[in-house]
Amino acid sequence: MLYRETGQFKTSYGADHAILPIRQDRIGLAVILAIAFVAVPLVASDYWLSTIMLPFLVFSLAALGLNILTGYAGQLSLGTGGFMACGAFAAFKLSTSFPELNIVIVFALSGLITAGVGTLFGLPSLRIKGFYLAVATLAAQFFLVWLFNKLPWFTNYSPSGVITAPPRAVFGDVFVTGSAATAEAKYLFALTVVSLLALAAKNMTRCKIGRSWMAIRDMDIAAEIIGIRPLTAKLSAFAISSFYIGIAGAMWAFIYTSSVEALAFQIDRSFQILFMIIIGGLGSILGSFLGAGFIVLLPIFLSNAPALFGLHLPTDLITHLEFMIFGALIVFFLIVEPHGLARLWQIGKEKLRRWPFPY
Amino acid sequence: MSLLQAIFVDPFVMIAEVPLFFVEVLIGGLMAGVMYSLVALGFVLIFKASGVFNFAQGAMVLFAALFFAGLIDDVGLSPWLAFLLTVAVMVALAFAIERVVLRPLVNQAPIILFMATIGITFFLDGFGQTIWGSGVRTLDLGIPQDPWIVGDIYINQFDLFAAVTCGALVAVLALFFQLTPTGRALRAVADDHQAAMSVGIPLKVIWTIVWSVAGVVALVAGIMWGTKLGVQPSIALIALKALPVLILGGFTSVPGAIVGGLIIGAGEKIAEVFWGDAFGGAIEDWFAYMLALVFLLFRPQGLFGERIIERV
Repeated sequence: MLYRETGQFKTSYGADHAILPIRQDRIGLAVILAIAFVAVPLVASDYWLSTIMLPFLVFSLAALGLNILTGYAGQLSLGTGGFMACGAFAAFKLSTSFPELNIVIVFALSGLITAGVGTLFGLPSLRIKGFYLAVATLAAQFFLVWLFNKLPWFTNYSPSGVITAPPRAVFGDVFVTGSAATAEAKYLFALTVVSLLALAAKNMTRCKIGRSWMAIRDMDIAAEIIGIRPLTAKLSAFAISSFYIGIAGAMWAFIYTSSVEALAFQIDRSFQILFMIIIGGLGSILGSFLGAGFIVLLPIFLSNAPALFGLHLPTDLITHLEFMIFGALIVFFLIVEPHGLARLWQIGKEKLRRWPFPY
Repeated sequence: MSLLQAIFVDPFVMIAEVPLFFVEVLIGGLMAGVMYSLVALGFVLIFKASGVFNFAQGAMVLFAALFFAGLIDDVGLSPWLAFLLTVAVMVALAFAIERVVLRPLVNQAPIILFMATIGITFFLDGFGQTIWGSGVRTLDLGIPQDPWIVGDIYINQFDLFAAVTCGALVAVLALFFQLTPTGRALRAVADDHQAAMSVGIPLKVIWTIVWSVAGVVALVAGIMWGTKLGVQPSIALIALKALPVLILGGFTSVPGAIVGGLIIGAGEKIAEVFWGDAFGGAIEDWFAYMLALVFLLFRPQGLFGERIIERV
């Protein structure tokens, strides 16, 4: 009843091409953004902001990046962790070498550096496809983590191999990194970056470049025949995806954890982000957010659930049970809805539009 | 300059000066490669028969090894009985996977099935450790560990034993595939699912059998790795090392898995020993992947993989 576009007439091409053509969607998104920008920083405690909201935002951005590559362009990648490490270490080197550089520029530059590295490791995709490519991207994963772990230059010769984010402000004395930064400032900064990049990603997938990615994904030979250059389409997907993932890595190191070592970006991280886009929905911007939320919240829920029911289990048993439940849930989700949470949302919306009629 | 010299000159000087050492490293690498082949073999079997890229093979290795070691240590069974019981467990696992995971996911995209096997990986990791604990267990089956001296070269007897076991396993598998009716059915399914079904080969039964066989291969690999490193959660990670082996050999070729394993094992050891210093050590972590990556650029389907034919 509430969710119906009856009576909403489009009088211009612009209105027809809008990202959200239905008024209720626009209101919904505005409400969500208002809650995220105003209500959450006012209500949530520091603990909530820094242990749930910040990882959620960082993971969303990384998932968004991987979704561009895997979901839209169809190139399976297991090197996400390595590219995140690349972004993190690039941001660290840039901000310590040029202290006067604004943090926004540092993040953008580290994204660009990661985009370069990503394009380099994307070159094999012109020749290799499918799972062969997935294993080839593992080379990036292991090589990059090894590089940042082994060469002391990247950590400014820190003996422990840990990099610590220097204090930096966006403007004036609004610090977003380092110990002086408040959780609210970090959260709002991360939220702004993620929102803007998500908007950019949404628009990219709707215009020429995004369509060429999808054509390559659906059938690369057919795409070539209709005049799409696989070279530009595939490499641009690698570059833009790595740009997003690099910024996510920089935000992980600078805003979420503040100090990080290369080993935080191991292969597990890549799988974690791959899970997010599969559970959330391949080829969906919304799905990246839903998947990131699911994967961030699930372990927190699982480790607190026994205590909620008054059970006191030994911690190692809880960890093992968590693994089991996590694995089982993944399989369950894939069986119930292989197209992810975003598809469930889609189905829900369709149902709402027709309600109360069955069809 | 010194880096170039460390890459292009020093290692060869070292090899030329002590050729016997090179041979020793080579043999050690080949033997380690056999162990990778054992894991890769399980991958190939399942990929060939069902088109599923089974990431859970490493977890199956750990799972089987945990059961085997647990049955000997905690229950006090003899190794033979434990072996038979673990085989039974792996067969039961194959049934469960076919029934619970594969059947509902029939006809889904390969990436969905791949993700499902990652789910299985998590589940098996947790399940094995819930039952048997996560401590390191030593596995001693009386396989001699001391080196053996042939001429001037030291050979680890255990590695040799592993190589012989692997050879025997491959021989048995080859006979099974070539001579038995089940083996023929398996090869038919591997060639073409639909054609196999149309001549009356039950796909579900075949998948269960293939996963069982992969489970037994995982058990053998688990026993070998468990004896070498102790049964501990980290042996599940060797599955990652089996991936470049697969790439090199091709996803669909049993001989490819063996040859790929040998090349990766030997290449990695030689690179680490002779070139490791030039790069600051521990290049074993990524060398195999880089080797596979470079190799793929020239031969995208691997050494023995089926030729990739593009049809529109």
